[in-house]
Amino acid sequence: MTNEPIIPTRKLLLVCGCLLGLTALTVVAYYVDLGVFHTPVALGIAGVKAVLILLYFMQLRYSSGMTRAVIIVGLLWLGLLLAGTMDDALTRGWLNVGAP
Amino acid sequence: MSAITLPRRETYLNANYGILSWLLTTDHKRIAVMYLVSITLMFILGGAAATMMRIELFTPASDLVDAATYNKLFTMHGIIMVFFFLVPVIPAILGNFLLPLMIGARDLAFPRLNLLSWYIYLLGAGVTLWALISGGVDTGWTFYTPYSTATPTEVITATIGVFIVGFSSILTGLNFIVTTHKLRAPGLTWFRLPIFVWSLYATSLIFVLATPVLAITLILVAVERLFHIGIFDPTLGGDPLLYQHLFWFYSHPAVYIMILPSMGVVSEIIAAFAHTRLFGYKFVAFASIAIAVLGFLVWGHHMFVSGMSLHAALMFSILSYMVAIPSAIKVFNWTATLYKGSISYDTPMLYALGFIGLFTIGGLTGLYLAALAVDVHVTDTYFVVAHFHYIMVGGAIMGYFGGLHYWWPKITGRMYSEKWGRVAAILIFIGFNATFFPQFILGFEGMPRRYAAYPPEYQFLNILSSLGAVLLGVGYILPALYLLPSLWFGKAAGANPWNATGLEWTTASPPPPNNFDKIPIVTTGPYQYPGKKETIG
Amino acid sequence: MAESAAHLDMQFENTAQQHDTRIFGMWVFLATELMLFGGMFTIYTVYRAFYPNAFAEGSRHLDLTLGSINTAVLIVSSLFMALAVHTARTSARRLPLALCLSATVGLGILFLGIKGYEYYLHYLNGEVPVLNWTYAGAQAGQVQLFFWLYFAMTGVHALHLFIGIGLVSLLTLLALLGRYKPDSYTPVEMTGLYWHFVDIIWIFLLPLLYLIAK
Repeated sequence: MTNEPIIPTRKLLLVCGCLLGLTALTVVAYYVDLGVFHTPVALGIAGVKAVLILLYFMQLRYSSGMTRAVIIVGLLWLGLLLAGTMDDALTRGWLNVGAP
Repeated sequence: MSAITLPRRETYLNANYGILSWLLTTDHKRIAVMYLVSITLMFILGGAAATMMRIELFTPASDLVDAATYNKLFTMHGIIMVFFFLVPVIPAILGNFLLPLMIGARDLAFPRLNLLSWYIYLLGAGVTLWALISGGVDTGWTFYTPYSTATPTEVITATIGVFIVGFSSILTGLNFIVTTHKLRAPGLTWFRLPIFVWSLYATSLIFVLATPVLAITLILVAVERLFHIGIFDPTLGGDPLLYQHLFWFYSHPAVYIMILPSMGVVSEIIAAFAHTRLFGYKFVAFASIAIAVLGFLVWGHHMFVSGMSLHAALMFSILSYMVAIPSAIKVFNWTATLYKGSISYDTPMLYALGFIGLFTIGGLTGLYLAALAVDVHVTDTYFVVAHFHYIMVGGAIMGYFGGLHYWWPKITGRMYSEKWGRVAAILIFIGFNATFFPQFILGFEGMPRRYAAYPPEYQFLNILSSLGAVLLGVGYILPALYLLPSLWFGKAAGANPWNATGLEWTTASPPPPNNFDKIPIVTTGPYQYPGKKETIG
Repeated sequence: MAESAAHLDMQFENTAQQHDTRIFGMWVFLATELMLFGGMFTIYTVYRAFYPNAFAEGSRHLDLTLGSINTAVLIVSSLFMALAVHTARTSARRLPLALCLSATVGLGILFLGIKGYEYYLHYLNGEVPVLNWTYAGAQAGQVQLFFWLYFAMTGVHALHLFIGIGLVSLLTLLALLGRYKPDSYTPVEMTGLYWHFVDIIWIFLLPLLYLIAK
């Protein structure tokens, strides 16, 4: 019906294997002493997993640019919400009034 | 006067009869008409609450209603007018009716979803009205924590009602975005789209990206209230300001949900009644998108005195000024369109011209409020009330009435009384200014909003404002008195009574059930009017 | 023109346009879902910035083993969902399609079962705000804030998964009835996108909730 190529089963299995491997990796990384890098590493691995799912399971690799734009806009707006809110949360202590 | 019959022809109105053929319809035109009826009912309810408030404010003492009732009145007015009237009014009525017609499609991309969104609207309205009737809410339409989790009034029911109606908006926005992307007629490129379609698209972006945040926030408030402890609760170390952030992340862009479609309507009307091409088409189109995007970056200007960090306040203040740029671009382009056009002052044009004036005043007073120091002085005074009513009533409702009159012949196939149309338009303009201009002065002199009683020195301006509200009220009732009879007694409109351009005027009035006998092929841009006496720009 | 199995709605010119439009609509819907969870992610980020120690303390009360197993369960369920879409596009034979879909449902139910067991353990340990809250260590209020967020985020996620299970079950039934053909499988692909999205949300919940104790 659509002219997107069909992703072969072998590739889907491979992606699933990668995702399970990355899950194991993130748990292992949790027990390694990474200092302040714990959260960035964990979120980085989660990001890679999400991209794999998007590209292959959700077939983003073969989707139109508009579909990608939807995802990018969604993420960008989540970023705006976080940025504006954190701007307040992180700098509220500067004047030393009413900060928690 | 005897009824005038239109020539017999199949239209969306007479394709089939019976109540079920309406309640189960997936025709975007019929759904628009059903929205028209239900949203008008909500407008009357919200207006009734405003009427009570203005009567109460005739005298300094709180004599007609007590303070607690007054709190419930302004909350009711705010909740109904914002969530159930201003937000859906143009997208759900005019947008629903016109978007497929304007892009040469037979329907929206998801007609059943469209019908569902109307039912969701009704459900949300029902739940909210239940909350307002069964005891009322006194938090104001903003439901600020921690008061909203402590007050004994019906906050849970009201927030659930607003939560529900949010999904109606989300579905409408989703439908419009997908329709605009996928269902445009052959040859109808993005830069051949009418500005109204651009502004609906920008509005839909806000619907889709902002409403879910409000939904989850309100549910968390309802949960917190249910258990008397929760995420925004200061006793646990929770941050009530966080609630305000999330609330205004929706509710500030919601202001642009209200004004953007109006700007689209006004662009159409100005071009049609100046009989000339819209000046600076691409600027106006991109300004819509710019307003939608910038609208997401300024929510903190509602929180300048809330205890938010000064750094964030500075950032939000600067960004708030930026919104003035695309807004001004639009106003300049409209006036440039008028320049040397052959202007005719029909009813829709009167509303459009009124819109430009009132929106400019509303916008400029917004700049006062974006300035940190001035804002401290006027926060929560009538200055703010006047400012946002100039945008939301003077802007959004003028645009809606202009659009309703402009497309009424298309929707019904009938012309209304032009004479009474003009009278109502002028009455609304005068009444509006008489109501709200005194409030600027009241606010600057320091009268706070949301109080039933006030010191006697404010009485003169308050009486002026209330008398203006009487005029405004008459102005709003008049259209019902000449639009409704026009359904039976109005002259047949013909396909294009205004000699306007745009695909919606190429099909019959009222349109046939499938909109077009043959899907048009578009070869030119919008607004192919004869042009000006001499070219500028 | 050859008779197509797919019903074509009035507003579309051909089935390819109809399919693309609906898939695009699903993506836009997922963007709204992202913002819905985004509100909670924002609350989480702010409070974690305010109270890092309380959040680490709260996280210590979660069961990482169960959390990781659940992640694996959901990933494999996503694999079966992707295989279902693959089957629908290539052959759409009833039995393989229904098998893939029912495996997805089964794993989804397993996930909810494990999640429910975790909730039950929290209840036994007195870690459920309002219902049974007995934690009285340092920063008890802020730890409770963490648990509020934990239940809100995993709860809304579980609700989404519950809806997904309902949808995929329906698909299974319709697949057995032979409703889907390689030229009409739009609902399978749409539901698949939804399912994968719910999976992605969990993939971020794992590090944000379970992996912050250190």
